[in-house]
Amino acid sequence: MPDTWINIFLFTMLAATALAIVGVRHLFAVIMLFGVFSLLSALLFVTLDAVDVAFTEAAVGAGISTVLMLGTVALTSRTERHTARKRQVWALPLVLVTAAALFYGTLDMPGFGGADTPAQRHVAPHYLDQTASEIGIPNVVTAVLASYRGYDTLGETAVIFTAGVGVLLIISGLGIRRRRDEDEDG
Amino acid sequence: MRHHLILRTVSKLLIGTIVLFALYVQFHGDYSPGGGFQAGVIFAVAFILHGIVFGLATVQRVFPPWLVHKCAALGVLLYAGTGVASMMLGYDYLDYGAFTPDHPSHGQHYGILVVELGVGITVAGVMISVFYAFAGRPPSISDDDW
Repeated sequence: MPDTWINIFLFTMLAATALAIVGVRHLFAVIMLFGVFSLLSALLFVTLDAVDVAFTEAAVGAGISTVLMLGTVALTSRTERHTARKRQVWALPLVLVTAAALFYGTLDMPGFGGADTPAQRHVAPHYLDQTASEIGIPNVVTAVLASYRGYDTLGETAVIFTAGVGVLLIISGLGIRRRRDEDEDG
Repeated sequence: MRHHLILRTVSKLLIGTIVLFALYVQFHGDYSPGGGFQAGVIFAVAFILHGIVFGLATVQRVFPPWLVHKCAALGVLLYAGTGVASMMLGYDYLDYGAFTPDHPSHGQHYGILVVELGVGITVAGVMISVFYAFAGRPPSISDDDW
């Protein structure tokens, strides 16, 4: 029962933070609120006993993302630009329709935290039962991530690498600097 | 940045601790929450903090950009190479049991350590190089505007 109240409290805080993010125009405050949002999500993951995910959310969502977004703001602008009233008219119906579709979708989903959901009955019992004998390490999450699902994690690592290369190619300015040097020489 | 005395002193104390914690998360991932992804991010944070407080030029003297870029690629190679090594030994790709045939779970242990190290190196390399890319451009907002 206390878990339910903690969840309700955290989700309320999450919704309040999201509304604040929409309302605030000062981007520095928005970024700090994003950090708060990430930390609240991390707390939700902790109440779900998903400490590995909570750890990642706190480190990546609240840590690195905040720094990178601050870096972006330093390169661009400090305040949000106002959009014309005309464009805002369609936003509300669009959001309402999307929200209705999402709520309709949740009707088919199994109960929150249910033990008899498909996700818990397919391969998860095997991982939980056999990790001790097949892998021999206490943290089942690491066993699934690095061994049972090693291909997926290799793919994820490749995705991170590719994303990094993409960012470098777009914003590092290596190409621009070289071209400028050539212009000055020529 | 000469005026941030407290910030500089506290950062000097923290950076070593952060690196130590990153190594703990990296190599203790088998026993406690954490692993390559988290450790890589925490490791990168130590250098990003150093870069923010002491300036980009200082941190790039410690960890030059060409080395960071090579690290990002090295991690993926280490991960994929582990799979190739297990194939060379006649097992499936990324079947870590190959490394100690008479005691497969030991091989799993070693394999997971190496693979997580690869993930950590790539994540740290990518995060630091993305930070370098952002911080390396001339900012359009002056220090007082914040």
